[in-house]
Amino acid sequence: MTPTAGAPAGDLRLVELTKDFGSAVAVDCLSLTIPAGSFFALLGPSGCGKTTTLRMVAGLEEPTSGRIYLGDDDVTDRKAYKRPVNTVFQNYALFPHLNVFDNIAFGLRRRGVKDVKAQVDRMLDVVELQGFGVRRPSQLSGGQQQRIALARALINTPQVLLLDEPLGALDLKLRRQMQLELKRIQTDVGLTFVHVTHDQEEAMTMADTIAVMNNGKIEQLGSPVDLYENPSTVFVANFLGQSNLVAAQIVGTQGADLLLDVQGRKLTMPAARNCATGDSVYVGVRPEKVRLVPAGASVDLPGHNVLDGVVIDASYTGVTTQYVVRMAWGQDLMVIAANVGNEVRLTAGANAHLVWDASDTFGLEATGDIAEGIETIDEAGS
Amino acid sequence: MELPKGRARRGSRSLPYVLLSPGMLWLVIFFLVPMATLAALSLQTGDYEQGFTLTWNWHIYSEMWTRYGHHFIRSFSYAFVATVAALVIAYPLAYAIAFKAGRWKNLLLVLVIAPFFTSFLVRTLAWQAILADNGWVTSTLRSLHFPMQDGRLLNTSFAVICGLTYNFLPFMVLPLYASLERIDPRVVEAASDLYARPITAFRRVTFPLSLPGVVAGTLLTFIPAAGDYVNATFLGSPQDQMVGNVVDKQFLVSNDYPIASALSMTMLVAILILVSLYIRRAGTEEIV
Ligand SMILES: Nc1ncnc2c1ncn2[C@@H]1O[C@H](COP(=O)(O)OP(=O)(O)OP(=O)(O)O)[C@@H](O)[C@H]1O
Ligand SMILES: [Mg+2]
Repeated sequence: MTPTAGAPAGDLRLVELTKDFGSAVAVDCLSLTIPAGSFFALLGPSGCGKTTTLRMVAGLEEPTSGRIYLGDDDVTDRKAYKRPVNTVFQNYALFPHLNVFDNIAFGLRRRGVKDVKAQVDRMLDVVELQGFGVRRPSQLSGGQQQRIALARALINTPQVLLLDEPLGALDLKLRRQMQLELKRIQTDVGLTFVHVTHDQEEAMTMADTIAVMNNGKIEQLGSPVDLYENPSTVFVANFLGQSNLVAAQIVGTQGADLLLDVQGRKLTMPAARNCATGDSVYVGVRPEKVRLVPAGASVDLPGHNVLDGVVIDASYTGVTTQYVVRMAWGQDLMVIAANVGNEVRLTAGANAHLVWDASDTFGLEATGDIAEGIETIDEAGS
Repeated sequence: MELPKGRARRGSRSLPYVLLSPGMLWLVIFFLVPMATLAALSLQTGDYEQGFTLTWNWHIYSEMWTRYGHHFIRSFSYAFVATVAALVIAYPLAYAIAFKAGRWKNLLLVLVIAPFFTSFLVRTLAWQAILADNGWVTSTLRSLHFPMQDGRLLNTSFAVICGLTYNFLPFMVLPLYASLERIDPRVVEAASDLYARPITAFRRVTFPLSLPGVVAGTLLTFIPAAGDYVNATFLGSPQDQMVGNVVDKQFLVSNDYPIASALSMTMLVAILILVSLYIRRAGTEEIV
C-alpha cells in the first residue's frame, strides 16, 4: 500500500470542497481541477484559506464536505501517510531532534529505501546546503531551514507537491535561484506543483495556471496573462497588480463598443471586455497602459479614452515614474510611465490628461467595494 | 541621566552574585553543613551515652556493607520496578492529557495532583486498610485465584512496590505532560505527511521529543522511591525493609549514629553515581 513515487499522476480534482471550523468557513465550496504535471499557483490575501486547502489535499485536515480525487482515486478518506502527496510547510515543521540529513531522509526511510545517502546529498546540492547534513535545524537560519523543508519534501518526488510559501524567508537572489530550480525539477520529473505564494511576480513567472482565492472561494482562474489582462472581478483587478477602477454607466453602443458615462465624461470600451450584466459598471484600466499628457496638448485621437485631472504626486522609481492624478470628482487614479527618456516629466500641481487605448478598457460588475482586494500597508506588512 | 560606564559595568557583573547570595547562603547552612556533619559522623566511634569522637574509622563502610548490602540491592530493585511501572502507567495518561483531553485538560491535571492535598502518610495508611487481609480487595482477588504471595497482599514486596508506584506517580506524570505538551503537533503532522504511520510517527518523532520528560520523570520517581521507608514500613513485611528503614532504626532506635550516617552517605553516593550514569546514557539519545 505504499504510494509509488513518480508514478504517472492523474489530475488533482477538488469537488465542492468545504471546511467549516465553526468559527469560520475557511474554504467554501471550492471546485478546482489541477492538470497532472502542471505548475499551479494559489494566490490570495492572508486568511483566505490557502493553507487549509493544502492541508485537506495532504490529508491533514478533514473536509467538512466535498471530495478530493487524484486521477481516478477518491482520496478524501485516505490517511495522510498513504497519499502520494508531500508538503513544504509554511512554518517548515522540521524535526527538531533529527539532524538535517535525517530530516531529509525521513520520507525515503519510511518507504523502506535503505541507501539514502546519494539521494540526500544530491538534494543538499539542489538547495545549496552541502555539508550541512550534521547540523540540527535549530542551528540553521530561517532561510536555510526553509530550504531543508523544501529538500525534505522534494526528495520523495511525490505525485503532487504542495508548497506553502516555500520561498518566503529567502533573499531575492536565492529566491530567484530556488524558483528556477523548482521549475526545473517540476518540468524534469513532471510533478504536479501546487504553490501558495504571496509574491505575485513569483506566481506570474512560475505558474502555468494561477487561481486567485478570496474568502475561501476561487475568484478567478487562468493563465498569468489571462488573469492580468482580463480580470473578471474587482478583487482580482485590484489584488493582481493595480487597477484604476471608476464607477460608470453604460449609455449606449457603437459597433462592437459600449459607450460609457463617467461623471459626465464619455468613454468607450469593447463590449467583449465587459463582465458586468447591468448598466452600472466599474470601468477599469491598468496604470501602465495610461499615458499622461500635459494639459493643452492635443489628445483628440480616435479610439482613445481621455480623462482630465491634476497631478498630486509623482514618484520616480528608476524604471518608471508613478503618478497619482486627482479627478475632478475627487478620485485618485494611478499612472505608471516608463522612463524611456523622451517624455515630459510632470510635477505635482500640473494639469494633465490621462489617455489610453479604448481597447485596454475593461468592465466589471459594479457590486461591492470598488477598493476590494487592494492590499493596505498593514496587511502587506503582516 | 547617564551612569559612569565603568561603574555600570562593574554593577552588572556583580549583580548575578548578589542575586544568588540568599540561595547560596541557604544551601550552605541547610545543605552543605549537615552533609559535612553527616560525613564526619560516619567516621566517628563511641556510643550515644559517652559521645562520639572522630577516629577516621573507614572500616565502618565495609562493616555496613556486609550487614546491610542486601537492603541496598532491595531498595534499588524496588525503586527500579516502581519507576518502570509508574512510567508505563503515566505515559499514556500524560499523552492523553496533552493531546486528547481538550477542555478537560485542566481538570485532569488537578486530579493528578489531587493526592497531594492529603499527606503522604495518610495515603499510605489508607492503602494499608485497602490491602488488609480481611479487606474486600484481597478477598475478591483471592476468589479470582489472583497469584499472591502467601495468599495476601499486605506485608508483601508487591504491596511495597505498588505503594511506591502510587505515591510517586504524579512526579512521573507532570514532567511527561510538560514535555509532551511542548511538542508542536505540526511536526507530528509532518511525519504523517512523510509516510509515517501513527505508530512510526510516535516512535520516531513524538517519543524522542518527549525524552526530556521521561528522564526528568524517572529521576523524580526513582530517587525518592529508593530512599523511601514509609511504604516498606506500612505495606511491607520485615523481609521487605529498605535502606530508609535501617537508617531510621539505627538513628532513632539503636542510636548507632556512625552506622546510620554511613548508610546515608552510601545511599547518597550510590544514587549520585546511578543518576549520572543514567543522564550520560540518556544524553547520548536524541534529546532536545
Ligand atoms: N484550526 C483552525 N481552527 C479555526 N479556524 C481556523 C483554523 N485554521 C485556520 N482557521 C481559519 O481559517 C481561515 C483560513 O486560514 P488559512 O490558514 O487557510 O489561511 P491562509 O490563506 O493560509 O493565510 P496565510 O496567507 O496568512 O497563511 C482563517 O480565517 C483562519 O483563522
Ligand atoms: Mg497559510
